[in-house]
Amino acid sequence: MFHVWPFKGLSEEAVVVIATRVRTAAMGVACVVGLGAVAQTQPVAPIAIRNARIVPVSGAPIDAGTIVLANGLIKAVGARVDVPAEAVVIDGSGLTVYPGLIDALTDLGMSAAPPSTPGSGAGQGPPRPTGRTIRGPQDRPATTPWVQAADEFRADDQKIETWRNGGVTTVVTAPRGGIFPGQAAVVNLSGDRREDVVVRRAAGVPLVLTPPAGGGTFPGSAMGVLAYVRQVFLDTRTAAEQVRRYEQEPRGKARPDHDRATQALHAAIQAKVPFLLPAASEVQIDRVLALSREFDVPTVLYGAHEGYAAAGRIAKARVPVVVSAKWPEAPRDADPDADDLLEVLELRDRAPRTPAALAEQKVPFAFASDGLPGPGEFLANVRKAVKAGLAPDAALRALTLDAAQIYGVQDRLGSLEAGKIANLIVVRGDLLGDTSTVAHVFVDGRRFDVPPDSGAARPTGPGRGPGRPGEGDRR
Amino acid sequence: MIRRVLLVPALVAVTVVPGGPAFAQGAAVVTAIRNATILTITKGTIDKGTIVIRNGKIAAVGANVDVPRGATEIDATGLFVMPGIIDAHSHIAVDGAVNESSLSVTSMVGVEDVLNPKDIDIYRGLAGGVTSANVLHGSANAIGGKNAVIKLRWGKDARGLLFEGALPGIKFALGENPKRASAAGGNAERRYPATRMGVIDVIREAFVEARAYQATWRAHEAAVKAGDRTAIAPARDLRLEPLVEILEGKRLVHAHSYRADEILQLIRLAEEFKFRIATLQHVLEGYKVADEIARHGAGASTFSDWWAYKVEAYDAVPHNAALMTDRGVLVSINSDSAEEHRHLNQEAAKAMKYGGLTEDQALELVTINPALQLGVDKRVGSIEVGKDADLVLYSAHPLSTFAIPRQVLIDGVVYFDREMDLQQRQVRAAQKQALKDKARSTGTAKPTAPDTTPKAETTTPGQEDLR
Repeated sequence: MFHVWPFKGLSEEAVVVIATRVRTAAMGVACVVGLGAVAQTQPVAPIAIRNARIVPVSGAPIDAGTIVLANGLIKAVGARVDVPAEAVVIDGSGLTVYPGLIDALTDLGMSAAPPSTPGSGAGQGPPRPTGRTIRGPQDRPATTPWVQAADEFRADDQKIETWRNGGVTTVVTAPRGGIFPGQAAVVNLSGDRREDVVVRRAAGVPLVLTPPAGGGTFPGSAMGVLAYVRQVFLDTRTAAEQVRRYEQEPRGKARPDHDRATQALHAAIQAKVPFLLPAASEVQIDRVLALSREFDVPTVLYGAHEGYAAAGRIAKARVPVVVSAKWPEAPRDADPDADDLLEVLELRDRAPRTPAALAEQKVPFAFASDGLPGPGEFLANVRKAVKAGLAPDAALRALTLDAAQIYGVQDRLGSLEAGKIANLIVVRGDLLGDTSTVAHVFVDGRRFDVPPDSGAARPTGPGRGPGRPGEGDRR
Repeated sequence: MIRRVLLVPALVAVTVVPGGPAFAQGAAVVTAIRNATILTITKGTIDKGTIVIRNGKIAAVGANVDVPRGATEIDATGLFVMPGIIDAHSHIAVDGAVNESSLSVTSMVGVEDVLNPKDIDIYRGLAGGVTSANVLHGSANAIGGKNAVIKLRWGKDARGLLFEGALPGIKFALGENPKRASAAGGNAERRYPATRMGVIDVIREAFVEARAYQATWRAHEAAVKAGDRTAIAPARDLRLEPLVEILEGKRLVHAHSYRADEILQLIRLAEEFKFRIATLQHVLEGYKVADEIARHGAGASTFSDWWAYKVEAYDAVPHNAALMTDRGVLVSINSDSAEEHRHLNQEAAKAMKYGGLTEDQALELVTINPALQLGVDKRVGSIEVGKDADLVLYSAHPLSTFAIPRQVLIDGVVYFDREMDLQQRQVRAAQKQALKDKARSTGTAKPTAPDTTPKAETTTPGQEDLR
């Protein structure tokens, strides 16, 4: 049934019993999450992990504590916690329990091709479909902000298991392709049904500021993209005002255009959804901070490899950061005699210092896998940030509670607290140490055992695929 | 006539190293350049003169000027001081493409949005004595993007480059480039216009639209003024706004042009819409229509001697700058190139050989004339009291091929110093080697991260049961 049974003091017999009951619990949880009231009719066995070191992130670690999960939520956590009589009890001696990790920007579960809507595509995806002439901003090129990752998420994506085995229980995933590719969603890596796994739709509106590939149609340059985005923000506010006035008194007024792009953006602005703006270099960071002021929308900066040089300005702008953990590196097939610029060498050397610099300036930040092939590489690169000066507990916060906070889900995710969603990982060793392995993963209270050869380190193998091309490496 | 120069050690204190701090704010910063041959451009040449700089501005110039106590002194014995060179046509410091080449009218885009203060070409231009540049959009479109006039303040951020107070401008382009004569074949779509008559039609159509847009806004403003509270503001159109600014005299047109006929075409159109072309750029056949250019009041910014690199450049003559100057046109010589901008002083000198301009006239081509063309002549372009201390200290007369910039100041701050540069080369080389060694040592060490060698996918029996 299970590949490995790491918990001490349990007989093989007990294992089978527990496994069966866990499965029952998991089914019950699925009902709770998916079907609401129906869940009450199903018997659900709570799970209790005892004698484990518990790192709740929201508070001080507990050396030998107990955490109880029921109905997909954390029922209780603490040094002395009542364990329900019917609970499946797991001995966590020698293990550490952390909140599940959050990958704060990825395209996991998004199909490779961008949605086939007119004027969309390009950017990092395939070339944009032809057939519609782009005469200018009014034709909304490469703009599909109405696309919701929550609606498009493919819970059967094969890479999900790899990331979950590595300890990532939640991702913020965003559609790909174009300048306004769509809206990101916070998704738990817990099930096969999209309906079960979405924690929050419309969690962020990412922008891509690099020109779509080809350059044949507007906008074909970086300055063209910026001018276009500026016009779209203006149009969004104008259109909203026109609609408002028209709805007040339609008689005698021209009917406003139906423009789903500006409608979707207006709804996002009204709901205070953060706009995710890309910036890798110091110059781009300054540029994007100025855009954020100009557009006057809640902003999260993503990428930020040269953030070490701009942390003070980012702090002043009160903009959180999703740091790409895909640190710039020399290409693997680089000419050994290639003479890289000093500036390039400095960036490679210092980029992992960005999280520490942000922490020093008290800038909230999270980590994004940004196209890294798997959770092993992801965590290894977070460890590089720790080696470059980031406090381990700050790194852990960035991977959990701070990521949740940036996307406004800190009330349900990101720490081990009673009432929060039961996303947690059981780890042998220190998560951010060099020799840790993830033994078990619980997502939405469902238990997932990690095959021994997968560990946190195993790369995705065949899944080593497209990923999100590193914004950070562009310039 | 190159003499040895002793650099005052105190100078280092005010030298800006890349990324380093500029001069201290607040307290008055006074610098005095002494014993220099001063080429003021507008007020003649002063032998063994002194320039006093206070808070970035020229406070005094002359042969007998008192140096205030406590001033940082630069001994310029044997050196020539000239106003910083102004390059009226540049494409440096731009992130990404300089053309938004998708449409024939792209007045919504602007290079200010994509200024890259870390472009090494800024530093190289500075090393060649350039202190200000007109950074233009490319010439792919009849109406291109907005420009940015910058000072080459190496080490500042993008905002810090902007020449504060400079009039905004925009690029127009006539002839072969906007009609896409040399556009790549294959999948590149043919775009209107394909002829010179099409180019001028595109520009005219755009201004007709801009006038209508202007009228809409004026009507709205009048309604608001009349107390109409229900008036709805028209939608802002970022493509038409800059064109309205041109009509209202608030934005300068810098028009890429070659042939005499297209120059006249644009002059007629500008007069039809009642605006003045600020500069004709390249304008290689300008000598054929110099009177018309002078009568319209456009400046001409040309190359020293580039010739025959495309069909519309066949009639170019190196006498162009001199001939237009003789007919009363305000002429500058530009680089349009991150190579040529490093020796624009020598390009100006060619107008003495080809066309017989005087030394002063030649130097005006790269200093006060481009300043006038860009509307920044109150600030830069000559060495006068009250102007910005944007200065170049040459090792020889700047019209000599032996002249090398020793120091370049902008706003009184030393942004380039040849001695410093030579020292920095070794420092940078050492830093680079250290980083290479570090990368090599961590690269070959046993990886601290878990083994990431790809392994064969193993199926997990019972996995399905868990879901």
